[in-house]
Amino acid sequence: MGFLDIKRATKSYGAVKVLHETDISIEEGEFLVLVGPSGCGKSTLLNMIAGLEEVSSGDIAIRGRSMNGVKPAERNIAMVFQSYALYPNMTVRGNIAFGMEMHGIPKPERERKIGEVAQLLQIEPLLDRKPGQLSGGQRQRVAMGRALTRDPDVFLFDEPLSNLDAKLRVDMRTEIKKLHQKLGTTIVYVTHDQIEALTLSTRIAVMYGGHVQQLGTPKEIYDNPANMFVAGFMGSPSMNLFPAKVTGHEGRPAAEIRLGDGSLARLPFAQGFEGQEGREIMLGIRPEAITDRDGADRNARALQVIDARVEVTEPAGSDIFVVSQMGGRDVTGRFRADVPVRAGEHFPFAINMDKAVAFDPKTEMRIS
Amino acid sequence: MATAPTSEAILAGTGAPARSGGRSRLAAHLPRFVLYAVLTLFCLYYLLPLYVMLSNSLKPLSEITAGGMMALPGEWTTAPWSAAWSSAQVGVEATGLRPYFVNSILMVVPAVALSTIAGALNGYVLTKWRFRGATLVFGLLLFGCFIPFQMVLIPMARMLGLMGLAGSVPGLVFVHFVYGIGFSTLYFRNYYAAFPTELVRAAQIDGAGFFRIFWRILLPSSGPIAVVCIIWQFTNIWNDFLFGASFSDFDSQPMTVALNNLVQSSTGVKEYNVHFAGAIMAALPTLFVYAVAGRFFVRGLMAGSVKG
Repeated sequence: MGFLDIKRATKSYGAVKVLHETDISIEEGEFLVLVGPSGCGKSTLLNMIAGLEEVSSGDIAIRGRSMNGVKPAERNIAMVFQSYALYPNMTVRGNIAFGMEMHGIPKPERERKIGEVAQLLQIEPLLDRKPGQLSGGQRQRVAMGRALTRDPDVFLFDEPLSNLDAKLRVDMRTEIKKLHQKLGTTIVYVTHDQIEALTLSTRIAVMYGGHVQQLGTPKEIYDNPANMFVAGFMGSPSMNLFPAKVTGHEGRPAAEIRLGDGSLARLPFAQGFEGQEGREIMLGIRPEAITDRDGADRNARALQVIDARVEVTEPAGSDIFVVSQMGGRDVTGRFRADVPVRAGEHFPFAINMDKAVAFDPKTEMRIS
Repeated sequence: MATAPTSEAILAGTGAPARSGGRSRLAAHLPRFVLYAVLTLFCLYYLLPLYVMLSNSLKPLSEITAGGMMALPGEWTTAPWSAAWSSAQVGVEATGLRPYFVNSILMVVPAVALSTIAGALNGYVLTKWRFRGATLVFGLLLFGCFIPFQMVLIPMARMLGLMGLAGSVPGLVFVHFVYGIGFSTLYFRNYYAAFPTELVRAAQIDGAGFFRIFWRILLPSSGPIAVVCIIWQFTNIWNDFLFGASFSDFDSQPMTVALNNLVQSSTGVKEYNVHFAGAIMAALPTLFVYAVAGRFFVRGLMAGSVKG
């Protein structure tokens, strides 16, 4: 049994089931990220942990104590909202103190805590301002400060960075991670940004359509996606998914793909697929596993170089993204920036099949 | 807003940049002169009744009966005002309007306060603590806004009788309180609908209960809509005649009913100057409320429709 246990929890609004049976269990001090597109049920699940939404069936327990019927204020949680939800009529000090005041903490104690938190988040000069006079990043800090004073068992973050501009978002992301490392508090964090999920978490739950598609460490999720949704959702640019057929190549099972010019190429698998010749599969290869010959991983066991026509090149500073046609789909490779690759020409693509994954085209589930 | 043409520019038809050359300065400004001349004329016309009332309330009756309605007083006197206030014949008693003015204050203050508070609470519940049937409840309250006064007279009289409040100021307070809930709920519901629900949730997690959230989080942000509600209720309740005439006794009549009695119960000569003074007295409180809180009125009416 973990620190935070979600056991067969569901949520329905009338006949509409927005969250199907969900089981998640994490240990104390973990950073769980719930990630998925809009409407996948991630915010609903967070609100259920917070007690703002009731659990339709199943149970949520914190520290082994069932939270069914326990009010939000009595769950020993703290929450940071997407809009920050700072009380507009109170100063920053008042905002931070409000929760402690409601819990009957005496004034000297409150002042001490406010001082501590303000120092930690470097918001001391802002304490007597109103939220309306603060910038987005400052509001974000105040919202976190308000949550920090509670010494909660679990911190809940509901898309806290989505209202910030791109640069600030990256800075605050680092700060949240630092804060987690410093305090070691258990965190549940909702986002639709897969990069936030990968960078912050110790555990990720990828959600879609009210189901948890996969629960695992960032590396598990990234390297071994359980299905095509997870494969396509996590990573940027996203994993290339294209149809292929199992055949043999020099006595080993290989994936046969049709290139843009109509020719066929064979990519030997690193393992598996013996005796499955003729099977249709969806091959999944991340852009960094499709690269120029010299940029390829030297330790790769199953590296195959094929000549393919370059459709488009997208220079991105440190890398150049090269698009080609494989299996009738646009497939993106990540080449080193100084490789002389030009659109319209044929160029050798080094494909690292160690990193390839395969899915069943019908069930969309992982095969190997 | 910064890029929108000013209202003056729209009115004067000069919103578009003037073509250079051609027109002289005078010609360019002529539409503006005409506009202001017309507006001033209208303004004077609208102010005329107030002038008539004021000037006639400050002159002896003889000057009015001599036919000098429009003239300024030849002899200035405040006697009509003091008569209307404390000694004129109202109904059977020669008390002036003072006791009825007091009645009106005693009626309007609690009625406005109660209906505003009830409206704020209703709006809070209907938007932030939604329950099954909330829409229906709101619909019924809205419907209550549009029931004609006449329809409720007899049931209300029966209710007041059962409650032992018939013919008393508290009875009038109750009537206006109940009748005011519909509008005040409408105002506050729409205002709170635009109020971020995340704030309520944050307060819940902070440990604040139902009333604490209302008192500490919502009410401090409700200034503009409260002003709208107060002005609206004050004006309606102060000016109401039908309920006042129907549900009051001689000693609990509000100002509007007393004014009517003052005008109707003159014996012999009609003391127009006293009537004018009384009528102004009856209108002063609503004017006062609007002058004090009016600048918030438009702001409050606009709130919610425009974000930020």
